[in-house]
Amino acid sequence: MTDDIHEHELHAYVDGSLPETRRLEIEAWLATHPEDAARVQDWIGQNQSLHAAFDSVLNEPLPLNLVRAARRPALPVPFKAIAATLAMLVTGLVGYAIGLGSVEHAPAAPSAYLARDAAIAHAVFSPEARHPVEVDAAHAEHLVAWLSKRVGTQLQAPDFSAQGFDLLGGRLLTGETGPVAQFMYQDKIERRVTLYVRRAVAGNTETAFRHAIENGVDVFYWIDGDFGYALSGQIGRQAIRQLADAAYRQLVTASATP
Amino acid sequence: MHARPDLIEHLPRLRRYARALTGDVNRADDLVQDTLERALAKLDLWQPGSDLRAWLFTLMHNLFVNQIRVRRPQETVMEDALDEPVSGGQMEALDARDIHAALARLPEEQRAVMLLVGLEQFGYAEAAQVLGVPPGTVMSRLSRARERMRAMLAGEPAVKLKLVK
Repeated sequence: MTDDIHEHELHAYVDGSLPETRRLEIEAWLATHPEDAARVQDWIGQNQSLHAAFDSVLNEPLPLNLVRAARRPALPVPFKAIAATLAMLVTGLVGYAIGLGSVEHAPAAPSAYLARDAAIAHAVFSPEARHPVEVDAAHAEHLVAWLSKRVGTQLQAPDFSAQGFDLLGGRLLTGETGPVAQFMYQDKIERRVTLYVRRAVAGNTETAFRHAIENGVDVFYWIDGDFGYALSGQIGRQAIRQLADAAYRQLVTASATP
Repeated sequence: MHARPDLIEHLPRLRRYARALTGDVNRADDLVQDTLERALAKLDLWQPGSDLRAWLFTLMHNLFVNQIRVRRPQETVMEDALDEPVSGGQMEALDARDIHAALARLPEEQRAVMLLVGLEQFGYAEAAQVLGVPPGTVMSRLSRARERMRAMLAGEPAVKLKLVK
């Protein structure tokens, strides 16, 4: 046992930034040093409390003024048209903000916004190292039941184990058409993909399998009945395609069986 | 298509950090808005391929520091002067869950480090870059912030946790 444990290594232990061998050494040290263990425990608790207090901000609808500010130097078209376009582009995250204004929803292919919203949600949550999901896969049954209830249909988390991806968990988001379920998967080298499911805009009967690239994120998406599905990731178009095929087969088979 | 980065995907996390940093919804969103304006004005200075998120947080940090200087010059005290241990006589122990109040009582520099590392999951080197201070300063501020927080939240641990990873 080494006595050469530095204070900063205890912090690095809490923040998950130690190499594995050193992490184990620290763990052994803590097992025999209750005072340090108590401090470390409290620090971990602090991080947890921060996430518990502020993670909900991630899922708040974005205020429209911020969306505009983020997109300001857009094409020189009349302001109202810009506002309407912006509103449509980010509907998944600014639902409430749009409701406040008088922006009319264009009737154009809503499925394109499905891809866009799914890609944004992927970009927001997939880099979260420690809290990527609200409910983890250890509670998969609860997760699926909870999201099903909120989204309003019997959901299913597809099984991607044949493609090397395991379910990490899921979270509930806010979308223009109501609650959105996001399932997250991860492979052995910690690449992540997300499946985004929400109620489709009424009257939309498209079922074609489509591909889009949104800010470098590959999205395969389709509408099945009343629901839109989008699988997003940055693992190469072919790999995403294979996962999307697997999801489509599993989900459509499931929904075809009464 | 020109490869102009999209700032929208960074909005949720900028808002989370600003909310925790300022403790106020409106002030936080104003800070985010200022950050976006600054970012768009200076986008040419951003190196494509480098971490856009870290760059945005750096801009936000600088704006925040300037705001503090302007708004409350009389309260801008040196970090060390503020960093006395919290004694029971001065301050009631906060409810273990009242992380908001505890954060508000941390000196700004310590709060920023605590949030960048503990909430936003920046590495120490990245946090140092965002704050424009040496990595050693990040470590000492983090250490002080966590100990101070412990003192404030003294009593029951905030959450019963297993020590995993």
